[in-house]
Amino acid sequence: MTLLNRRQVVEHLLQPRGDLLVVAGLGAPAWDITAAGDHPLNFPMWGGMGGAIATGLGLALAQPTKRVLVITGDGELLMGLNSLATIGVSQPTNLAIVVLDNEVYGETGKQKTHTGFGVDLAAVATACGFTNSSIITDVNELTSLKKEVDGSGLMFAQVKVDSKSEELVLPPRDGALLKNRFREALLGDQCHFSN
Amino acid sequence: MTLENHWSNTVFNLICEQDISIVSFVPDAGLSQLIDLCVAYESIQTVRLTSEEEGVALAMGTWLGGKKSLLLMQSSGVGNCINMLSMLNTCQVPLPMMVTMRGDWGEFNPWQVPMGQGTENVLKEMGVTTFRAQENDEVAKCAEGAIRFAFNTYRPTAVLIDQRVLGAKTFGR
Repeated sequence: MTLLNRRQVVEHLLQPRGDLLVVAGLGAPAWDITAAGDHPLNFPMWGGMGGAIATGLGLALAQPTKRVLVITGDGELLMGLNSLATIGVSQPTNLAIVVLDNEVYGETGKQKTHTGFGVDLAAVATACGFTNSSIITDVNELTSLKKEVDGSGLMFAQVKVDSKSEELVLPPRDGALLKNRFREALLGDQCHFSN
Repeated sequence: MTLENHWSNTVFNLICEQDISIVSFVPDAGLSQLIDLCVAYESIQTVRLTSEEEGVALAMGTWLGGKKSLLLMQSSGVGNCINMLSMLNTCQVPLPMMVTMRGDWGEFNPWQVPMGQGTENVLKEMGVTTFRAQENDEVAKCAEGAIRFAFNTYRPTAVLIDQRVLGAKTFGR
């Protein structure tokens, strides 16, 4: 069976993207969401490894009427795996987590991650209280995945992807800019005038 | 100190006045009254964390979403936050933190000492402005300054609450 390609998966999820607020974990997921089209409501992380889904939780709690999508990698998630427990306790209904699982640390020389040795992230999510948690391996599952990402309810999907390195499509690096343009797009100009 | 004049009440009022709507925490005995007040108040969303660095990342998200948050932890937890604090610094994100001290005045447990003694330096090294409260009356003043400083200047701040305020844990000795 041919493994899914990360860019294909992310393009499928973000084109069209509707009103999604998108957080991407550092490394390849940040380049992937940018390759699908830079957008002010993207927050691609350049650091804070292990913090992507906790950032997504904060955003989901702050904006309960908006749908939040976190796209991250297996290595990034493994560093903050405990946040699945925190999210499982919080149960935000507007948070979708998609892990692009290539079973390697792609940015550092493709050393195997724990998922390459059989650690089942979707099972961890289930054990943490995600009632909607799945492993996606087939291109035919992408349409239903997109529906769930755009829909409602807390969800977790571990998407098995190939470990091929893609073209670097880099978002802006200035964290203050990324934050300010996100807030302005979401909250309007007035966010700069009040706290 | 009676329950009525405990600093937690003043700090809780500040949280409400300053429109902080999300409070995340890893518990500490010294924080238990403030945590109870926040959990009981329906206008505040509380998030129980497994590790303090989650609270730092959470604050990134709440600020992106236009909400103010506060993080409560014990000083040992500061060590768990170091790398994640880079994000607040780089992105200029406000986050006041209330940190109850271990490993200083009257400490019983030697294992608490290295992190306790390093707490303030670690925070400063990571760009967090610190305010130290050594008496009960100072906590609310420090908290007010730390909260205003954070949200007015878009930076992480921390109030370090001394064991002189909290009472040192003595394990019955």
